[in-house]
Amino acid sequence: MQLTVWTYEAPPHVGAMRVATAMKGVHYVLHAPQGDTYADLLFTMIARQKTRPPVTYTTFQARDLGGDTADLFQQAVSDAYERFAPEAMLVGASCTAELIQDDPGGLAEGLALPVPVVPLELPAYQKKENWGAGETFYQIVRRLADRDIRPSPREGRAPRCNILGPCAMGFRHRDDVTEITRLLGLMGIEINLVAPEGASPRDIVSIGNADFNVVLYPEIAQSAAKWLEREFNQPMTTTVPIGHGATTDFLEEVAGLAKTVVPLSLRSEAASRMPWYSTSVDSHYLTGKRVFIFGDGTHVLAAERIAREEMGFDVVGIGTYSRELAKPIRKAAAALGIEPLISDDYLEVEAAIQECQPELVLGTQMERHIAKRLGIGCAVISAPVHVQDFPARYSPVMGFEGANVLFDTLVHPLVMGLEEHLLGMFREDFEFNDTAQPSHLAAHSPAAHMPEPSAISVGAPSNDDGPAWDNDAEKELKKIPFFVRGKARRNTEMFAVEHAITTITVETLYDAKAHYSR
Amino acid sequence: MTQARSASFVGNPVVVPTASDRPVLKERGQREVFCGLTGIVWLHRKIQDAFFLIIGSRTCAHLMQSAAGVMIFAEPRFGTAIIDERDLAGLADANEELDRVVERLLSRRRDIKMLFLVGSCPSEVIKLDLSRAAERLSREYAPDVRVLNYSGSGIETTFTEGEDACLEALVPDLPAAADDAPANLLVVGTLADIVEDQFRRLFAAAGIDQVDFFPPRRARELPEIGNHTRVILAQPFLTATVRALESRGASLVPAPIPLGIEGTDAWLRAAAGAMGADLNQLEAAIAPARKRSEAAVARIRPELEGKRVFFMPDSQLEIPLARFLAREMGVHLIEVGTPYLNRRLMAEELALLPDVQLSEGQDVERQLDRVEAANPDLTICGMGLANPLEARGMPTKWSIEFVFTPIQGFDQAGDLAALFARPLGRRGRLAFGGEEAVACN
Repeated sequence: MQLTVWTYEAPPHVGAMRVATAMKGVHYVLHAPQGDTYADLLFTMIARQKTRPPVTYTTFQARDLGGDTADLFQQAVSDAYERFAPEAMLVGASCTAELIQDDPGGLAEGLALPVPVVPLELPAYQKKENWGAGETFYQIVRRLADRDIRPSPREGRAPRCNILGPCAMGFRHRDDVTEITRLLGLMGIEINLVAPEGASPRDIVSIGNADFNVVLYPEIAQSAAKWLEREFNQPMTTTVPIGHGATTDFLEEVAGLAKTVVPLSLRSEAASRMPWYSTSVDSHYLTGKRVFIFGDGTHVLAAERIAREEMGFDVVGIGTYSRELAKPIRKAAAALGIEPLISDDYLEVEAAIQECQPELVLGTQMERHIAKRLGIGCAVISAPVHVQDFPARYSPVMGFEGANVLFDTLVHPLVMGLEEHLLGMFREDFEFNDTAQPSHLAAHSPAAHMPEPSAISVGAPSNDDGPAWDNDAEKELKKIPFFVRGKARRNTEMFAVEHAITTITVETLYDAKAHYSR
Repeated sequence: MTQARSASFVGNPVVVPTASDRPVLKERGQREVFCGLTGIVWLHRKIQDAFFLIIGSRTCAHLMQSAAGVMIFAEPRFGTAIIDERDLAGLADANEELDRVVERLLSRRRDIKMLFLVGSCPSEVIKLDLSRAAERLSREYAPDVRVLNYSGSGIETTFTEGEDACLEALVPDLPAAADDAPANLLVVGTLADIVEDQFRRLFAAAGIDQVDFFPPRRARELPEIGNHTRVILAQPFLTATVRALESRGASLVPAPIPLGIEGTDAWLRAAAGAMGADLNQLEAAIAPARKRSEAAVARIRPELEGKRVFFMPDSQLEIPLARFLAREMGVHLIEVGTPYLNRRLMAEELALLPDVQLSEGQDVERQLDRVEAANPDLTICGMGLANPLEARGMPTKWSIEFVFTPIQGFDQAGDLAALFARPLGRRGRLAFGGEEAVACN
């Protein structure tokens, strides 16, 4: 058993729902107890979809458990087939139905429906949402792809690719697809299909008609793409085009697979505004900002590179809840000389952020909660998604426009250049108190007083036995801007312990500052 | 729970007004409703020193953070102990695992005085005995923390029945009143703090001072109960709680739910009558509040009068809400669905409700066909169904809003009317129709 306050991923059947909902002409019958229909609201409320997800639930109750739940399931499948007339069906169980072992796959097969039925085995007590989405997409491709459909010889035609991975409830997938399709178009590459988003079972049948696969979200598309690589000799891209540099590398990789060249306009630093914005003197204040990065594997890896190479930040913490992508994250962390956090335990992430004392968190909506409590800025760069992650405006994170969007996103929560100096210079200005937020955020910043990080610690060391602060030192500490004060407090206490100082004075504070200065 | 429910009818024969003998359409099929775990969304805010620990799956945890109005922007006093394959394979002793989780939780949150272990679908199916676990943990953490258990599983409970199960679990902990204790009034069902305060003031002005609210705001402020306790319901969905309170000697005061002016007036009168209060004094006490609420409701009535409204089943609040709309706002009801119809607790409501198609249970597809055919001016439905209807040009209202918005009592009657009027008013303001919708997904 794991104590969970917030969960980063839904159960795996929700991953299957994301694939079914993204596609056209698919219906998913889910053996599930009453209440599991809540998942509909993820799509209709959070993503504001205009139609219900194509999912039928058996919604069994206690009284059904005494009877024949298998019968109930079969009835639900036939009714759904009749009502929705899908081109293909998915059948499976949610966590509770898995325990009653009714074998949805076998039961659906028994009905001998005239359309393909893909049985899904998604172990709810081991696996999670992204795995469920990836497995579902893989099973659909495996079942429906026609092995006889292959691309015609390359001579005399444009190169052709599939875009794999975009899905319902994905973090900015809607706009990423538009941006990547645009870039591929500029490269003269045709799109055979985009899947799961917008693809019908009939489209999947001819997935073999592409020369190669563009994998945008490895969490969802990697297993299907690897299978296509093996069975259809379709190579796949491995660079995820998030950030200016990664987009450039991605286009080079695509050009290699497509046996073409990247046009000059897409090879220039001017392809996005980000390189110049980041070089300009206005951005100098970003130098060395300490950032903590947490989220799904794909977005964390991309954010790490952007933070380091494109924003000039110091990455002081990195982690992911995607165990499937733990390996590359470990590698990135090793290169930074830091310990990665591979965990889906919100409390652990909270403790790690507290420990790192970053100036900026790049995370998920969960880290936004943590950062808010700690009075640190936070930019959301990854799922799990929230209604705010489906902005009305065009807002991709992939491609060159995505690089522009990310520049803005990462800069927005920070106290800007000269404002930061003023805050440091004039601590006693009555409007520069700890609850004063960066001026550009004032309209929607929480008005509540932010407790100092060390005062609301979760099992962080209390200074019961540690050195005591004298009055003047305590006052001096308050003159340090709140977003670095926690760090100063901890460093000073550490310094005092190391030097066997029992009472911290103003002198100790500055001795410690000199000791730890970069 | 279902079986026990029918037993309560056998044990308590009641005379039902003829109005409640009306036919009810009973349907079985996909039920698009929340499970009882969702009750934690408001209960954990109501009882300020209680923590709700769900023993369940990742689905339960995910439901909670999704249903809670997308997300709650403060650390919640609820969490989930997620069962994993080790627990299922018997590799880990579920009770030891639970002890470990509870220890971590309570050492982190020392402000917690009451811990509810909340059963879920998976914990019910694997027959995890949470009542024994609660007893054991209660002993271990006494006297600092009291540990109780109930089931909020979808196989046992529908949405608001989670609150019913929670309160039922609390009833045995209520201290017994002395045999010669004066009569006390127990208002049962979660109310907003502000509504409680209003009722308390009205009762006091009417000379009724022995008033308690259940659930209490703090876990240790449990009201006394005994033969002189008069129970009156602030919420309609408390079947099991009423039964438990009656078994402790309390008696139920028949009354409609205090929604709208008529409902509130009848409710206060029933309470005062049961407490032997002077009805003239009551009238004097409530007249000013009733008068201003009449003005507030009258202002909104033109926006709702003659409108056609459809209630999908969700919270069991549907019948009282429909009664208010029909009788006080001049609304035409098309269908009033309820997940479960307790004819005894709803007797006074049914007597007031005009003739309308009642439905119990759900086959969501067929019900949506009926919505489509009727093309109502307003549909009250669950969160998952709302936007698809809006996208087809049919205004909706989330039913969950009625569960945790202050809507009871005179001073909220106008707010209640406004909740229904807002979706219609918004349509009137916007230049868009929202009708050709479906294409842009």
